[in-house]
Amino acid sequence: MKQYSYFPGCTLKEKARELDLYARQCAEKLGFSLQELPQWQCCGAVYPMASDEIAPKLSAVRALEKARQQGQDLITVCAACHHVIKRVNDDMKQGGDIADRANRYLGFDTPYEGQTKVVHYLEVLRDEIGFDAIRARVEKPLTGEKIGAYYGCMLLRPSGVMQFDDPESPSVLENLLAALGADPVEFPMRNECCGGYRVVDDAQAAGHTARRVIENALKNGVEELVTACPLCRYNLKKVAGGQIRVSYFTEVLARALGLLKEGGINA
Amino acid sequence: MTVTEKEVSRQILQLSGANANLCIRCGRCTAACPVAGQMDQKPHRFASLLLHGQADTLLRSNSIWLCLSCMACSERCPRGVDPARLVEGVRQYAVRPRGMAHFSPDQVPDVVDDEMPQQALMAALRKYRK
Repeated sequence: MKQYSYFPGCTLKEKARELDLYARQCAEKLGFSLQELPQWQCCGAVYPMASDEIAPKLSAVRALEKARQQGQDLITVCAACHHVIKRVNDDMKQGGDIADRANRYLGFDTPYEGQTKVVHYLEVLRDEIGFDAIRARVEKPLTGEKIGAYYGCMLLRPSGVMQFDDPESPSVLENLLAALGADPVEFPMRNECCGGYRVVDDAQAAGHTARRVIENALKNGVEELVTACPLCRYNLKKVAGGQIRVSYFTEVLARALGLLKEGGINA
Repeated sequence: MTVTEKEVSRQILQLSGANANLCIRCGRCTAACPVAGQMDQKPHRFASLLLHGQADTLLRSNSIWLCLSCMACSERCPRGVDPARLVEGVRQYAVRPRGMAHFSPDQVPDVVDDEMPQQALMAALRKYRK
């Protein structure tokens, strides 16, 4: 059973427990395991873009270095954590001023130069496990369920660094949904922003952005949306008004794999 | 000593790490932006205003608070300018001086509800203050 160093992130320990729990349970069922990194720190939620920012990137570098010590790939489930860690890893790989100063500050025995492979859970399902193998493990196929995959921003962009999927026409979630027996619905706004952190500053404005996504999904016949991002789920759910269920992709996966018991979370 | 607007513009360009000189003002960033409609300075103006030493226009704009960092502009820029970094550079320049934050931890109790993910607050604190 392949083992991954796992960075859950703050939200998955609190408001998005179901994203974490089902990810672990589904992994065991599908033949890989998530080993939580010891003493991980918050990723910072947003990638620090300014050219002089080093301190906000250090928690990601520490996680990457720990995974290197374990000799394992670093897996994340949260889209934001994945985005931050993958981009910081790219900075370390590029080896410029930021990589140099981060290494001098952290003082590892050997400098960290981006050696760790950063993978998102969905990439493991697609590239390591394979959708045929997943299809073979489905116990409760999602037959007839019209599910829309909502990618949002952070898994896809910037595509040069993220290299997650085609940034304008992604397919990993639809292919997963099809393997689970569902009827995936492609809708044009699936890779447009949900309103993001703006909800903290101006909830009404963020709601306007999220509503465009929900209306587009409704128009295309979506009955349930799946996402990998807690903030996307929060923003979309707020404006969905019960018209569309908004779930984490791991919940849908757990449902199809027969891991979901009546009455919600399997603690 | 007061810093001239031209010098501020130069500092922001450096802080952003983006190469504004590559911009051809095609406007694709603005077309891609989900909130450009509400911005008083559209994304495609950032490169030219900074290159012309007119940072104050951007520092006063609502655009830096409306930007969602969704990276649509950077993804769709045909010249690889990375406009999201230009916006971030202006935003960082605006929030870094003491007392210039756009959001304060004191406001958290007013905005938080039972379901708001930690991620939202962390992101806001990183984007709107230093």
